[in-house]
Amino acid sequence: MTAPTQDAPAADPSAEVTWVELQRASGLTEADLAELVRYGALTPRDPAATTWTFEARWMVVARHASRLRREYELDPYGVSVVLSYCERIERLEAEIRALRARLG
Amino acid sequence: MKYKDYYAILGVARDASADDVKTAYRRLARKYHPDVSKEQEAEEKFKEMAEAYETLKDPEKRAAYDQLGRHAPGQDFRPPPDWGAHFAQGQAGFDDIDLSDLFAGLAGRHARSGGGGRRADRPLPGSDYEAVVRLSFEQAFHGAEVDLELAALEWDPDGGVRRVPHRVKTRIPRGVTDGEKLRVPGKGGKGAHGGPDGDLYLDIEVAAHPLFRVSGQDLYVDLPLAPWEAVLGTSVQLPTPAGAVTLKVPPGTRAGQQMRLSGRGMARGGGAGHMYAIVRIEVPTVVDDRQRALWRQLADGASFDPRAHLDQEAAR
Repeated sequence: MTAPTQDAPAADPSAEVTWVELQRASGLTEADLAELVRYGALTPRDPAATTWTFEARWMVVARHASRLRREYELDPYGVSVVLSYCERIERLEAEIRALRARLG
Repeated sequence: MKYKDYYAILGVARDASADDVKTAYRRLARKYHPDVSKEQEAEEKFKEMAEAYETLKDPEKRAAYDQLGRHAPGQDFRPPPDWGAHFAQGQAGFDDIDLSDLFAGLAGRHARSGGGGRRADRPLPGSDYEAVVRLSFEQAFHGAEVDLELAALEWDPDGGVRRVPHRVKTRIPRGVTDGEKLRVPGKGGKGAHGGPDGDLYLDIEVAAHPLFRVSGQDLYVDLPLAPWEAVLGTSVQLPTPAGAVTLKVPPGTRAGQQMRLSGRGMARGGGAGHMYAIVRIEVPTVVDDRQRALWRQLADGASFDPRAHLDQEAAR
């Protein structure tokens, strides 16, 4: 049986998500997430707050981290290192796209 | 259900040790992980080998897989008659699922039963769904409503797994870029026993446009000019995604110059990128005698030397 059509807007990447939502979306443990924040791979809105909240865009990063943890069997520090390399690759690819756009 | 030879996929013998299986997976992961691999079909290959490793690294799943018997890869097969009773209680059938679903069901069944004790009423979150959304440039520029048909893996009441079609209509905001990932909250699988519904994650792919090149929120378009237009200046009609605009080209415009059309790029949230028209000087390749004479007259009378700086640099 096909479920009925559901109307749904995509989330605003700057909307706020809770620590619990981030944990559920990523499947990472609280301890893993806390380590990723400690290593700078994830950044809460207010690192000094007693309960962290995040911009929704970090959900995608947290899921990526979870994939890397699972697929490469890395500890959280290893995940944070690989994430930083992935971010560098994305920035370089964006620069290449920008140059190609300008050069035609 | 089609058979996959997980041992062959990882390149190990059927009696390989757990360490050998792990080493084989890690070697292949380094080569095919989609985050870094430029190999053709890396994503597909990685998905296959990750599925194989997920089953073979777990002793219980590996034993269950071995009991399926050996078949030719890609061959339609059914588990042996007593396999379901032993490893997949509650699984109603095997025709609408594939091998990875079957072993996902094994893992999920274990989690849902509390890993040993029955905790059937524990709140369980719904699965997250992922889908690729392919947009035209126009859809990305203006935003679009898309209708997605997903075949999601869900639990049935008897504890088995099955693929259920779902339709989700969602609004893609304007200004999305190729490679972007969007989250649609609460539109994944249904949670159980009061658990939250899963989310839907969309991978956005945007087709290239024949005229407009995208860089972040900015757009680039070539503006071809005849030599006399660049020298004397002119007004041109320039196409933009929101309709043509009149662009004033000042006298003395040079090749490669970028003319900015503010706010005419991809809009996103409250702002918008810019559009840049990049000047290209095009010369006529076919001229008649009269035109050639006019060009010769211009050449003979002009003191302009575009290569003056080359002589100066060479003389240093």
